[in-house]
Amino acid sequence: MTRRARRVWPHLVLVPVSMLMLVPIVWLAISAFKRAEDFFETLFFPVNEDGGLAIERLTIEHFHRLFTEVGILRSLANSFFLSSTLAILASLCCAAAGYALARLRFRGAGGLTVLVLAILVVPPPLLLAPTYELMHQLDLLDSYLAIILPGMAPAFGVFLFRQATVQSVPRELLEAARLDGMGELGIFANVALPLLRPMLGAFVMITYLAMWNNFITPQVLLHSPEKMPLAVTVANMKGVYFTDYGLQMAATLLSVAPVLVLFLMLQRDFVSGLASGAVKG
Amino acid sequence: MSARPGERAAAWLLIGPFVIVTAVFVLYPLYRSIVLAFSQTFGPGASAPAGWMNFRLTLTDPDFWTALKNTGLFTLGSLCIQLPLALLLAMVLNRPGLKGRSVYRLIIFMPQLVGLVFAAMIGSVLFAKRVGAVNQVLHAVIGIDLDFPWLDVHVTPTLIIIALWLYVGFNMVYFLAALQTVDRSLVEAALVDGANPAQRFLNVIVPSIRPVLTFVVLLSFIGSMQLFELPYVMLEGPGNENRGLTVVMYLYQRAFEQGDLGSASAVGWLLGLALIVAASVQMVLARREAA
Repeated sequence: MTRRARRVWPHLVLVPVSMLMLVPIVWLAISAFKRAEDFFETLFFPVNEDGGLAIERLTIEHFHRLFTEVGILRSLANSFFLSSTLAILASLCCAAAGYALARLRFRGAGGLTVLVLAILVVPPPLLLAPTYELMHQLDLLDSYLAIILPGMAPAFGVFLFRQATVQSVPRELLEAARLDGMGELGIFANVALPLLRPMLGAFVMITYLAMWNNFITPQVLLHSPEKMPLAVTVANMKGVYFTDYGLQMAATLLSVAPVLVLFLMLQRDFVSGLASGAVKG
Repeated sequence: MSARPGERAAAWLLIGPFVIVTAVFVLYPLYRSIVLAFSQTFGPGASAPAGWMNFRLTLTDPDFWTALKNTGLFTLGSLCIQLPLALLLAMVLNRPGLKGRSVYRLIIFMPQLVGLVFAAMIGSVLFAKRVGAVNQVLHAVIGIDLDFPWLDVHVTPTLIIIALWLYVGFNMVYFLAALQTVDRSLVEAALVDGANPAQRFLNVIVPSIRPVLTFVVLLSFIGSMQLFELPYVMLEGPGNENRGLTVVMYLYQRAFEQGDLGSASAVGWLLGLALIVAASVQMVLARREAA
């Protein structure tokens, strides 16, 4: 192979693959603006009789209906609220617990580490029925607490932060802070947390995304339509507006776009943080 | 070494939220799931001991076996198609001096951000008969029947394709990170020794990334076995002739459509045991190879 060919062939693989990855998203972004009569006429943009692009036939009518008729703003706000609350609480709880397991000496640390690892293998669907029963007994069904409380301290988060602490919070630094007379909680907040920032960023993103896309938990534990996050509201639209594909795709785009934008802004932290847990762990 | 004053109190304060949440919302439900699995239940709160009845009912229910077959085929298909492709993409991306690596990585990873529910919404339109984009394009290119029934008959391949789109980039990122830790000098030494690409791959690269390889296989297995939202939303239920029924969907139907928390817990334990066995096999294999 010539040097030139060597340099070009990876792109002959990667460009088509990238396009295949993007096509469904681009298709979604255009479909959300297509009128019913144009929806299946062309793959992407609508065209005129003479074959020219007809951008002017795109419409924002679906979005108008989503906000007036479907009341999607409520679901959007619910998704924002649930995802942000859970992401912040879970990150703090997991960072604190992971740091304590990695760097503080106390009786029970070994047992708790084993507990964290053991819980990692429990599949969430196993807890679905008993959690429903428990929330019924606690009278928390149809309350956001039923979602937030159990999600506040996931074991895999504790595990990730334990690994991150071992890697990036040197014992000597903690000792120095102790010699300076700093309290243990102050050391965690002022010395350890800043060093854990990359993992914090990645974990906030992971939990935010997981809650944003979570369907089964709100579907099971919430009842009132006005409390539902986007995942449930949008899924239910299939049964109500069953041939209104433009409307369905507009709702889907509205649900996907915020996390895509958020991710594009934070992606550097996210992708590398995600991978570091696996490789160095 | 004795604990410093305040260290123990601080430790319990920091780990307290995790301990409390885990005790109440993981360990207690886990205990209840055992009790429930051996009880006949009538909605939440009412139950009577029932021995192995729930397990017997589940294991003799043809629907459960349909669900297991569908889930198993999906898992097998996903592992065998998606992971080799992910590794291949990672190796292409890992070529030294490749231009645009981070852009490619970003684009191929991006679909993973689209939640399963939303991917199901997109899939149900793209894979529709006659008018759906997939059949339109395939009809134009390779002359496939415009009415090819992706969503009515060939549900598992449809799910495998959508899962491939969603997760191939996710697994690729893991593989890429692992490949970047492979010692270049080992690869170059193999080149000097005249190893061909297949030998270099099997004898140098695979051993170097084996920990990540087993981790990704296990993660994919566990994730695939819990498939639920994708078919449930796309087909608005188990689909034509239960072709989209999965184990978790079966559990969901038992618990929340029939109100039978007992047999749902039994199904949960069957699933849990399968995953634990898989994880143990994996760990034993990993340890034997490390030794």
